[in-house]
Amino acid sequence: MAFQILLNVFLGFMWMFLTGSYEPVAFLKGYLFGLLIIFTFRRFFDSRFYLLRAVAVINLLFIFIKELILANIGVLKVLLKPKLDFRPGIFAYPTVLKEDWEIMVLSNLITLTPGTLVVDVSPDNKILYIHAIDIEDAKETIDSIKNTFEKAIMEVSR
Amino acid sequence: MNEIANIAIIVLILIGAFLSLVAAYGVIRLPDIYTRNHAASKSATLGVMSILLGTLLFFYVKDGFFNSRVLLGIVFVFMTSPVAGHLIARAAYNSGVKLWDKSVQDDLKQAPHIKQSGSKEH
Repeated sequence: MAFQILLNVFLGFMWMFLTGSYEPVAFLKGYLFGLLIIFTFRRFFDSRFYLLRAVAVINLLFIFIKELILANIGVLKVLLKPKLDFRPGIFAYPTVLKEDWEIMVLSNLITLTPGTLVVDVSPDNKILYIHAIDIEDAKETIDSIKNTFEKAIMEVSR
Repeated sequence: MNEIANIAIIVLILIGAFLSLVAAYGVIRLPDIYTRNHAASKSATLGVMSILLGTLLFFYVKDGFFNSRVLLGIVFVFMTSPVAGHLIARAAYNSGVKLWDKSVQDDLKQAPHIKQSGSKEH
């Protein structure tokens, strides 16, 4: 992915030198034409066309912000209830992600999800230990949410 | 345009202050360190972020001055605060702080990498 971006920047510079105008607009124009060239020759690269990955990263960022707002509403509901009748607990969550940065992003996402907080990661990076504020009703919804998170992260790293 | 921006700034700063208040209230009210951590790491993050966002908008609308350092501050708070919550919970668990009495499940106790004898009364 980084190689494709570097190639695109080189193509932008190439366009600047070919036209002889050294303005940011000329670079931008060349960058857009380079994007078209890279899209045309995408079958010669090992990884995917890099714009798809950039879209996946932006998608992940929006998931982060949405979950942060939902988590705050969830905490508000728990806190302002007159009775403390939730049932907390720690459960193990086996993850399929491999890379360190993927685990880091996933556990940050889980920490910002309503009602869950990562307490520990097992040394072989296979299991996350998650403290849930209300373990009964949360379990299924949490699993479904986390399947979408893992899917979004794998979309970036694929 | 200016009126809309003013209303947005007022709403952002009030929401931020309210969420910070709720975080403080949660730290007082909740029973054990893990549930307190939920309140502190979530509400305080969004509270500080929306106060900073309101500040950014205020100086942009009033003076036309875009303060990029405030934007960086938002990004840094967003990245570091869940990690801090995670580390505090982990340190508490490893030094043997007990869960709340009404906790129903503790899978971490059976985990092979946790020392069995290390837990003590807090």
